[in-house]
Amino acid sequence: MSALLEVSGVTVSFDGFRAINNLTFSIGAAELRAIIGPNGAGKSTFMDIVTGKTRPDSGSVNFGERPVSLLKLSEAQIARAGIGRKFQRPTVFEDQTVHENLTLALKAARSPWAVLAWRKSAADEDRIAALTAQVGLADSLAKKAGTLSHGQKQWLEIAMLLAQEPRLLLVDEPAAGMTLAEREKTTELLVDIARTRAVVVVEHDMDFVRRLNCKVTVLHEGAVLAEGSLDHVTKNQTVIDVYLGRG
Amino acid sequence: MTHPRHRSALIFLASLAIFTIAVTIAAQFGLVSTSFVKTLGKTLCLCLAALAMDLIWGYAGILSLGHMAFFALGGYMVGMWLMYARTEEIVIASMSNGGLPATPEEISQGIATQIFGVVGASDLPAIWSFANSLPLQLALVVAVPGLLALIFGWLAFRSRVTGVYLSILTQAMTLALALYLFQNDSGLRGNNGLSGLQNLPGVTAGQDAVSLWFFWASAAALALTYVGLHAIVSGKFGSVIRAIRDDEARVRFLGYSVEGYKLFVFTLTAVICAFAGALYYPQAGIINPAELAPIASIYLAVWVAVGGRGRLYGAVIGAALVSLLSSWFTGGRVPSVDLGIGTINWVDWWLVLLGLTFVCVTLFSPKGIGGLFDRFAGVHAPDRKGAPLGPDDGSLQEKEAQE
Ligand SMILES: Nc1ncnc2c1ncn2[C@@H]1O[C@H](COP(=O)(O)OP(=O)(O)OP(=O)(O)O)[C@@H](O)[C@H]1O
Ligand SMILES: [Mg+2]
Repeated sequence: MSALLEVSGVTVSFDGFRAINNLTFSIGAAELRAIIGPNGAGKSTFMDIVTGKTRPDSGSVNFGERPVSLLKLSEAQIARAGIGRKFQRPTVFEDQTVHENLTLALKAARSPWAVLAWRKSAADEDRIAALTAQVGLADSLAKKAGTLSHGQKQWLEIAMLLAQEPRLLLVDEPAAGMTLAEREKTTELLVDIARTRAVVVVEHDMDFVRRLNCKVTVLHEGAVLAEGSLDHVTKNQTVIDVYLGRG
Repeated sequence: MTHPRHRSALIFLASLAIFTIAVTIAAQFGLVSTSFVKTLGKTLCLCLAALAMDLIWGYAGILSLGHMAFFALGGYMVGMWLMYARTEEIVIASMSNGGLPATPEEISQGIATQIFGVVGASDLPAIWSFANSLPLQLALVVAVPGLLALIFGWLAFRSRVTGVYLSILTQAMTLALALYLFQNDSGLRGNNGLSGLQNLPGVTAGQDAVSLWFFWASAAALALTYVGLHAIVSGKFGSVIRAIRDDEARVRFLGYSVEGYKLFVFTLTAVICAFAGALYYPQAGIINPAELAPIASIYLAVWVAVGGRGRLYGAVIGAALVSLLSSWFTGGRVPSVDLGIGTINWVDWWLVLLGLTFVCVTLFSPKGIGGLFDRFAGVHAPDRKGAPLGPDDGSLQEKEAQE
């Protein structure tokens, strides 16, 4: 299986502190992967690098079948290349309605001229209806996103991510602030999405990770500590020492 | 059936139409003076500039404090043609008294001496090359401010200058331009500026008629721009720029080029301001580099803030109200108030009053005057417990978002 995303030998320092240390990571085109690791392990920073927010000091990041280096692309270009991201803290446009938020995210031309000429089509409306039904926000289309509950905002952000139709989704702590039922629903959704796309999920909740039932990468001090099935990595003594054994 | 979202635009257009007709009738019956018609026409142009300011600041969150530079540049561009063509008429008329018809060289020499005598020059500078052609000079109304905005914006946004730094940069831009134009060898008559712009070449009608023409043109420009901007802000483009205002990093991760949108809005609003200036200065009759003073652009922001940013009619109300009050107070016709310990002379105290009003609006009605209209519409406001609606400096504050 050829990889969709290939990160190799990446290093990032903030004022001399190595947040990412010679990290190598790859994921296939239709694969679900969980990343776990203690606070400050560099999980979010890893996502920052892939999405172009942070530029690495060294190493390479390649994306696609005929690999293009993401290091030369801007955040917007990387997003257009097919990488979507959900942030750790839910970030939706609070002053705009659920419908507007989703319209912004819908896959379409992104240039100012194209957006000026854009008119909503029946297909777009159907897509928005389907997405909101999928995440249980069908009744809230006309509500401003700022009035939604924390969990609903998480769902809206996931729906926006799907609306972009990315080939790779980076999902940072999706279950934070969700009830148990919501978490289970999120798991199902992520597993379902990963049938056709690559999905990387960062999560601290071990039950959540177990339900994802996928390959797990453990990060520690900016490098991969262990990789494999959840059972495999949880048996690893170093993983127990630095992460599992703490609490 | 009209969508409720378009109701404010329809009400605005109807009010503007009634106002225009009322002023026209009043002028016909001599109820308002020609100079007052000009004041109202100029006010409409300022409202037009305020619309542009609202688009860039209220909607896109970019507090530009340099947009009156584009307004003045538009005025200079149209002023060059007005002054040239008018002087040409005078020169030809005076030369034809001599008997022999004047040669083109003599005429252009005569024009140059007439226009540039005050700054001790007698040649037309190269930038006046197109001044003999109205279409070309009108093209420059768009091209010169548009190009300046494009270059300035490209440099600023590409380096991701935002917030207060961008505001300072735009102040520096308008100041630098003003200082340059103050020089006699800038080619635009230094601190004399361009004058006699109220005289339209080839027009024999009196100022009472001309003032109405410009008043109508200003009203039409305001109406058309309002409709155009309303269409823009209520569509997906408006949604993108409001998203940029509240959280530009998030917009980048959706695949939109934030810098491209900022540059687009900056240039578009610069051109709108230039248009407004091109209509304003023929009514004012004179333009000089003082019009590009940094304070002029700050006023523009104050009007929009007082009117309520992020709603187009708010910008118009703010600009009309504050600029009309300002010309009333500074016109010396308001009786002074004798307080016993001293007198309040409004010419001096108007700015203090304006400053206090600004502070009061910010404190007690953050949505500005336009926000008062929203009391009638019962839309739920996001409950943010006092937090702004996004992490960015320009993002809408909670109180502004309540509709
Ligand atoms: N922009 C930055 N400047 C300085 N230090 C940073 C920056 N971004 C991240 N760091 C540091 O890099 C380290 C890794 O941070 P990161 O946010 O990637 O951790 P994480 O694995 O996502 O942790 P958590 O589980 O708490 O979300 C931390 O020590 C953090 O303080
Ligand atoms: Mg993190």
